[in-house]
Amino acid sequence: MAFAHGISEKRFESLIGVMLRGGVILAAVVVLAGGCLYLAKFGELRPDYRIFRREPGDLRFVRAIAADAAGRHARGLIQFGLLILIATPVARVAFSVIAYISERDWLYTAITLLVLGILLYSLTSA
Amino acid sequence: MFGLLEFTLLIAAGSFLAGLLGSLTGLGGGVIIVPLLTLLFHVDIRYAIGASLVSVIATSCGAAAAYLREGFSNIRVGMFLEVATTMGALCGAFLAARIPTAAIAIVFGVVLLYSAWTSIKPEAEVPIHERTDVIAQRLGLDGTYPADGMLVAYHVHRVPLGFGLMYVAGTLSGLLGIGSGALKVLAMDRAMSIPFKVSTTTSNFMIGVTAAASAGIYLHRGYIDPGLAMPVMLGVLVGALLGARILPGAKVRTLRMVFGVAIAAVAVEMIFKGLRGHI
Repeated sequence: MAFAHGISEKRFESLIGVMLRGGVILAAVVVLAGGCLYLAKFGELRPDYRIFRREPGDLRFVRAIAADAAGRHARGLIQFGLLILIATPVARVAFSVIAYISERDWLYTAITLLVLGILLYSLTSA
Repeated sequence: MFGLLEFTLLIAAGSFLAGLLGSLTGLGGGVIIVPLLTLLFHVDIRYAIGASLVSVIATSCGAAAAYLREGFSNIRVGMFLEVATTMGALCGAFLAARIPTAAIAIVFGVVLLYSAWTSIKPEAEVPIHERTDVIAQRLGLDGTYPADGMLVAYHVHRVPLGFGLMYVAGTLSGLLGIGSGALKVLAMDRAMSIPFKVSTTTSNFMIGVTAAASAGIYLHRGYIDPGLAMPVMLGVLVGALLGARILPGAKVRTLRMVFGVAIAAVAVEMIFKGLRGHI
């Protein structure tokens, strides 16, 4: 059984903790930077979210968001920060797959791979 | 109508309060932020759900680090049940595009009523099963948690029932943009007889992954607006982290009661608006 040794399990847990916290902090910093840019640029706008119009394509797809963010478009930068946030739990699961493989725990390798597959399907669909 | 700066600051302040109260009462930020945005700020429920879902990921990941250090979370239980919650989340995200927003509002109201009930009702004793469970053993789900400087061992039971409930929790999370913490805790605490503190911290651990499974679909569908999600995510995150910090010393019993009643009133309003098609 994997993680029979308390020490390796503890290490695994603290690594996951560091990863989650790092991802959230990075995401929050990027979102905040984009937010300041957004408010400075569009301060005169009157926001209206009463009617739903789906977001434009450059704010809906991973590659387009990255391109927008690289061009320092305010909304693209915020969206990129949100993408980092969404990727954080995905990275946590990917890390777990590697950890279970290194522990030769094939049952949990399969379980975490299945979860990773579902997450990647969601991120890459459409 | 407000200008952009006022609107953003108001949303951020409201989200901060939602995150703080959600963390203190154990209800989570999502069930508060969606009614706040739709009923108070008249935001379309699809935008509200998108912004809420993102904030749910932030809170879960932000708090998980601290819980993992304390040693309560059962990672194996979390990983295994995430199979159910992520599949459910995909299902919920697909449903969200196919059913009318009024119906989503009604389902939301019902879930909110249930959350209010869990917040008000007295804490019941959990039945203890002495017998070990074959599936739980094969999956290596049994664990220990720290209490009074010692490690207390516990067994996990009724895995199929817990798995099924987790699928429902994932579906509601994907449909409504919430963490479904209340239902996740119910599945672990009541159905699988996992100790309460282990259930709540493991639930928090799972919420981020569950929400990420539907967030990708929401993003592609254009539900996540950066201008709205920005103040919501930052506000809820700061509020929730502050709540987690003051929680150990806070007397939350009264707060939970008062808040449970308020949430029930909001739930009725959501259902009413949904029934009249005003959402």
